[in-house]
Amino acid sequence: MSILIDNKTRLLVQGITGGEGSFHTQRAIEYGTKVVAGVTPGKGGSQTLGVPVFNTVEAAVKETGANTSMIFVPAAFAADAILEAADAGIPLVVCITEGIPVSDMVMAHEYLKGKSTRLIGPNCPGLISPGKSKVGLMAGEIHLPGNVGVVSRSGTLTYEAVAQLTSLGIGQSTCVGIGGDPLPGNTFVDILELFQKDKDTKAVVLIGEIGGTMEQDAAEFIKNKMTKPIVAFVAGATAPPGRRMGHAGAIISGSSGRAQDKMAALAAAKATIAPSPAEIGLTMKKVLKKM
Amino acid sequence: MKIHEYQAKMLLAEFGIPVPKGVVATTPAEAKKIAAELGGKVAIKAQVYAGGRGKAGGIKVANTPEEAEKLAGQIIGTRLVTHQTTPEGVPVSKVLVEKAVTAERELYLSIIVDNVSRMPVMMASEAGGMDIEEVARVSPEKILRVYIDQAVGFQAFQGRKLAYGMNLSPAQVRPATSLMTNLYKLFQAKDCSLAEINPLVVTTDGELIALDAKLNFEDNALFRHSDIEQLHDLEQEDPLEVRANELGVKNYIKMDGNIGCMVNGAGLAMAVMDLITLAGGRPANFLDIGTVNNPDRVVSAFKVFTTDPSVKAILVNIFGGMARVDVIAQGIVEAHKQMDVRVPLVVRLAGTNVHEGKRILAESKLNFIEATDFYDAARKAVAAAKGGKN
Repeated sequence: MSILIDNKTRLLVQGITGGEGSFHTQRAIEYGTKVVAGVTPGKGGSQTLGVPVFNTVEAAVKETGANTSMIFVPAAFAADAILEAADAGIPLVVCITEGIPVSDMVMAHEYLKGKSTRLIGPNCPGLISPGKSKVGLMAGEIHLPGNVGVVSRSGTLTYEAVAQLTSLGIGQSTCVGIGGDPLPGNTFVDILELFQKDKDTKAVVLIGEIGGTMEQDAAEFIKNKMTKPIVAFVAGATAPPGRRMGHAGAIISGSSGRAQDKMAALAAAKATIAPSPAEIGLTMKKVLKKM
Repeated sequence: MKIHEYQAKMLLAEFGIPVPKGVVATTPAEAKKIAAELGGKVAIKAQVYAGGRGKAGGIKVANTPEEAEKLAGQIIGTRLVTHQTTPEGVPVSKVLVEKAVTAERELYLSIIVDNVSRMPVMMASEAGGMDIEEVARVSPEKILRVYIDQAVGFQAFQGRKLAYGMNLSPAQVRPATSLMTNLYKLFQAKDCSLAEINPLVVTTDGELIALDAKLNFEDNALFRHSDIEQLHDLEQEDPLEVRANELGVKNYIKMDGNIGCMVNGAGLAMAVMDLITLAGGRPANFLDIGTVNNPDRVVSAFKVFTTDPSVKAILVNIFGGMARVDVIAQGIVEAHKQMDVRVPLVVRLAGTNVHEGKRILAESKLNFIEATDFYDAARKAVAAAKGGKN
């Protein structure tokens, strides 16, 4: 098993005819993902990469039974694309687009409340269930099917971690990049919940970053709800302190944004902290040995 | 993006929020003239992109136009060092000359987007002023919050809740609610990331006035606010960051070490900086080069590195996903053709099109140190910077 995507995933790509959209659609197809439709307004009725293109998500879903969408639409229009996918009832929407204005995402989250659509991203590398389906930007070949779940706020740092795992022969059930946006759809807790339930996931790698309180929320969840071991790393212990947001930023998050505070919270929840980003794989190997 | 206080106050006034009478001055003579026109006691306030001005001597009070001229002369043309700036401080080339306001109470009011609820939150406190962060830490109950529902916007009842919560008098509740409504309108209309009035004073006449204001704007939304974008004062930013931005190198932040870093992805860039520190060195910058599909941006990044005198070694760490390693390699080779790179270069490449990238570098006969993984790269860069040829 795996979480969120597998052999039953029928992928729709919004923005399929753009440069990045078509490049990564091609690579998803090569990996074995079932790409059933594309959407580009004005290009409905055409075909690209052997995939039928529709003007609207609604029409694409009706025709092809797509159950997952991957969005490559430019930032100024991406929130609209998220709403369109949710309106068409797509259960899983993965928004790759970077640089969406926060106010657009505030509006999108409001719209998603009470709807059944799960949003991953924006500003994320997507996800992969190795050997089954790839809905994202990651190079498929660095992955190996297996039993470790990976969830991360960072794209390229996840590739590093996955490459370490694979080189040690540790395969992955699903790797999820929840994205670096300040207002992501799914958070660590949402994904940890799924990994906890997934019977083929035996342990989880969690990669956090400075800023926000998502790692502390994850720590709380791990302490109370997780029985599977967690290996964690939080990047940015030496990063420049975030650009100051007046007093309001400090009032709302206190000191919780620092890497040290996040790692301390995760350690207190019995997660094993990797001593450096170069030792995420090794740390997981030791944890698995003890199981 | 930040703007100056005087610009923030112009925007507040445009949205119907009361601010003290004042005009910006760039010379002491102008300050004198403005003070004479305003009459009576005035405040002279340094216009810089940093807080903590009061404690740092950037705000002074003048009783006469002559005194205003003298005090403005002491501030304009200097560099102001506050607890929020670097030790070099920020240049002051303008002062706001403002009619002094007699405050009876100092309140706090701000709007920011709360990442947890994913909604704008308006925060208010009757303990406004310089120590508001301390108040929030010690007595968080003194910070009142209301969350703004996008479907209906800021509501009058929320304004009343905050106004009564701050113990305003019944006559002040309506103007306070209207001020809050207007602040939210401004926040939304201009895509602010922060709107903060601190202090919001209650004068001895019972009027509410925004005595100091800070507005920050969402960088990602500037494309639809050219009026705001042109307010940006580049003089207030780090010169290397400005240079990088002009060259199209976004996500560059100057730091105090000596290893120039080029990495793809913010998380990986931070991890590489962590590894450099672990290896006993210090990064000269943070740089997420992003998705590179054209060698020019890599060349531009090298231009920034070669302009930075503190850079004693350059570390390139790329794990290609969306970014293509071969294009990065082309950029590195091109940069060495275009400029004299005198410091050692450490390169670690992995991911999409890595073999092609390595071939390009090998065939270029470029003198560089190859690293096998990112920790290896960090260690080699630290060693190179220490025994550097430069």
